[in-house]
Amino acid sequence: MTQEVKLKLSKKDLETDQDVRWCPGCGDYAILATVQRTLASVGVKRENTVFISGIGCSSRFPYYMNTYGFHTIHGRAPTIASGLKVARPELDVWVITGDGDGLSIGGNHMIHALRRNMDLKILLFNNQIYGLTKGQYSPTSQFGTRAPSTPTGSIDHPLNPISLVLGAGATFVARVADTDAKLMSSILEQAYKHKGAVLIEMLQNCPVFNDGVWDRVKDDAPNQQIKLVDGQPLVFANGTKGIRLTKDLRPEIVEVGDGPGQVPASELLVHSEQGSPVYAHVLAQLVQPDFPMPVGILHRQTKPTYEQLAVSQLEEAAATQGLGDLNKLLHSGMIWEVTPDGTTRR
Amino acid sequence: METKHLERVVIRFTGDSGDGMQLTGTEFAKAAAEAGNDISTFPDFPAEIRAPAGSLFGVSGFQLHFSSSEIYTPGDAPDVLVAMNPAALKTNLKDLVDGGTLIVNTGAFVEANLKKAGYQTNPIEDGSLAKYKVHAIDITQLTMAALEGSELSNKEKGRAKNFFALGLVFWMYGREPEQEIRRIHQQFAKKNPAFAEANVKVFKAGYHYGETAEVFQTQYKVPPAEFKPGMYRNITGNEAIALGLVVGAELAAKKLFYAGYPITPASTILHTLAKYKNFGTVTFQAEDEIAAIGAAIGAAYGGSIAVTASSGPGIALKGEAIGLGVMTELPLVIVNVQRGGPSTGLPTKTEQSDLYQAVFGRNGEAPIPVIAAKSPGDTFYCAIEAVKIATRYMVPVMLLSDGYIANGSEPWPLPDLEALPRFEVIHRTDPSNYFVYERDERTLARAWVVPGTPGLEHRIGGIEKDARTGNISYAPENHEKMVRLRAEKVARVAQDIGELDLHGADSGDVLVIGWGGTFGAIRQAVQHLQAQGKKVSHAHLRWLSPLEPGLAKVIKNFKHVVVAELNMGQLRTLIRAELLVDAAGINKIQGQPFKVRELIDAIDRQLTGARPETSPNGASLAEPIGIA
Repeated sequence: MTQEVKLKLSKKDLETDQDVRWCPGCGDYAILATVQRTLASVGVKRENTVFISGIGCSSRFPYYMNTYGFHTIHGRAPTIASGLKVARPELDVWVITGDGDGLSIGGNHMIHALRRNMDLKILLFNNQIYGLTKGQYSPTSQFGTRAPSTPTGSIDHPLNPISLVLGAGATFVARVADTDAKLMSSILEQAYKHKGAVLIEMLQNCPVFNDGVWDRVKDDAPNQQIKLVDGQPLVFANGTKGIRLTKDLRPEIVEVGDGPGQVPASELLVHSEQGSPVYAHVLAQLVQPDFPMPVGILHRQTKPTYEQLAVSQLEEAAATQGLGDLNKLLHSGMIWEVTPDGTTRR
Repeated sequence: METKHLERVVIRFTGDSGDGMQLTGTEFAKAAAEAGNDISTFPDFPAEIRAPAGSLFGVSGFQLHFSSSEIYTPGDAPDVLVAMNPAALKTNLKDLVDGGTLIVNTGAFVEANLKKAGYQTNPIEDGSLAKYKVHAIDITQLTMAALEGSELSNKEKGRAKNFFALGLVFWMYGREPEQEIRRIHQQFAKKNPAFAEANVKVFKAGYHYGETAEVFQTQYKVPPAEFKPGMYRNITGNEAIALGLVVGAELAAKKLFYAGYPITPASTILHTLAKYKNFGTVTFQAEDEIAAIGAAIGAAYGGSIAVTASSGPGIALKGEAIGLGVMTELPLVIVNVQRGGPSTGLPTKTEQSDLYQAVFGRNGEAPIPVIAAKSPGDTFYCAIEAVKIATRYMVPVMLLSDGYIANGSEPWPLPDLEALPRFEVIHRTDPSNYFVYERDERTLARAWVVPGTPGLEHRIGGIEKDARTGNISYAPENHEKMVRLRAEKVARVAQDIGELDLHGADSGDVLVIGWGGTFGAIRQAVQHLQAQGKKVSHAHLRWLSPLEPGLAKVIKNFKHVVVAELNMGQLRTLIRAELLVDAAGINKIQGQPFKVRELIDAIDRQLTGARPETSPNGASLAEPIGIA
């Protein structure tokens, strides 16, 4: 079967001949498989798909995708992806990064790629640790994390990736656990269709340096995850508990029901993907250990993308000024002619 | 009234950084160019946008050299100095030639300003200016008088005083005022027609003052220079780089992508290119220097002619990414408009101290081709050449300019576009037998395959590559092979380098070697010595990496080799290392260009055998020159 007649790719078509070099049990395997399966099913074209990564364990990802791929330098993947996307808006550009790569050394680029609403699909593998450099604490590590660089416990506070990316202006923000293939697949599909800056936080396990850091969230999903459904109240524990907002804007966990000490479902926060920024930021505050973590699409909005605006400025310039004429351009500014008899003419 | 003919004049306009001296100088330069003179300009201004009024460090200057014969530099010392306040006089008077003409705005010589400039007594009155032809004119008051009845505020009126000075020098040198009046209208009408009107009034007042005031006995004429017939344009280095990049992309039949982050003195390249959107040129102001080169690498990967520009500190930040470009073998042009360093250094002053950085400034064995422009107009051709070499050899190319070239201007013969050779880029699309790092036999370039090409999907990255497949390889022999291949590729650029620019005989007593923006001063100094019958030649290098092969052929034919550069001896070190020649150095590190006189004297010392001092271990020390 040739490329031309083959209408849809299979997962296998997106695999490369390279040996996958992640540690046994690494959460990256599950994410890779789900990405390959989903991209095949949504019907991407291999030649129009580009995976760009920085440095770190997750950043080896492009080597395993049979698409175009670019394994760049530490923290800078969003910059290279931005340049590519502006130069070639027709390509699907995916960025693979981690909590160290994307939030520490590359934090600045993350902010600005999102702020510009570049149409990039950024997958942030958050395992709360530096893996490739052997286990130092990262910007998302919990306070007090004991690591080779912090033998007596880390003393800086973790940043909240969702708050950060919402503040930066991401227009599609989602979260999912590495092994939740079903939810991840549906998020990836929506992300693929979204035009604009996508940030998906993957709760990813590093079995070697930070094993089990998300176990509570993953193993006790009914009680520690809130599955977000557009238009539905924020509930968990099989609908017996929910999230309400107090008058001073603090989220609180309540028992749902009509009995004594219970709160009717009508008083719960109702999920809206395109809800207000305030609501999105409230969702971002639902973090462990005090709250179950919302998973799914947290926020989505429609806004022109940077590359669309860049292209329309080019088109507008061509329409109003006419297509560039190099001779005219050179002969602009302060010019004069020296004639063969040596006189000067303006 | 008499009219005297002069061959050449150097005039310097000085004042507060808010006094509009850059505009005054630029306008007068245009008038000189329009009158057919050869010109060379040197804007010299502080890093502060509006330094405190009247302060010594806030003085801004613009020097113009105009001539009826060919000139190469903005001139060593002004014949005419316009000083709009005491601080300007204090900082610039030492450069004025003895007997030179001094025009001072007495209106600004009030006690507070005199004190700020460190004058105990008023120099206009205390006889200290006796050796100059002083024209003490209350320009401030005459400006206000010219604008009497205007609805502008006093502050706004005062701002027009630079046009009085401009009008005055227009009269002194017999320039036609009409064209200037039209230009003022064009420039200011958009902002505020009242400003245009006021500036024209004050300009005319200055012109008529020259005509009617009895203080000026003489009007001077500098006849037109003999130019080759053709079209000319007054151009600065940064404008010419921008044009060269657009034309280079056109010759490659590709789109231009430019990413930059604001930095002095490179920013105007971005400003210029941002106006060329109708050529399909994409400009991207990135969040930082690293992001700028990152975006350029991304665009290069996507098939654009990708360029980023900065100055030394920004180039330092880009270093790791340049290495990525070397490793992934993508075409890229990196422009460094050099300024005084290290660190923030002297942001608005010129220097040539980033040569080591250009040639060596990356981790690992990461050679890249380095080309340096010699004059404002030459940056156009260097930009085209950088694009050509980058795409032909699949390698990042560094283009060195400097603050002097970037802001200085010269009459530039407009190129014939049809005559510029095209170097169309063709991306590989054939999927059969594709190996990512398979190379062209002549250039060693790998194929430039861009995303979107079916059947050629592949992965690249910063980890060492297998020499054929491009897959990750840690094999020891493969690494050595790749390091040597990348070096050989840069060495082979030599096969596409033109002839050495050698002025004078190919043997003799002294070979003066220069590079970059010092071209004009060195060429003029060498011509001066040659005219005295001295056996001096000048070789000016365009390519610093690889070193121009033509240099090796002639360098041993001279008794002395001396490298003149605005640093501690960076090219000298390269030449000594690569060609095993005991080269001496003429070095100046003052944030200022060479003066021709300094060079003549220093080269002469070589001829008379007065070598620079030698340190105890035998190494030649750089000889400080030109310290006033």
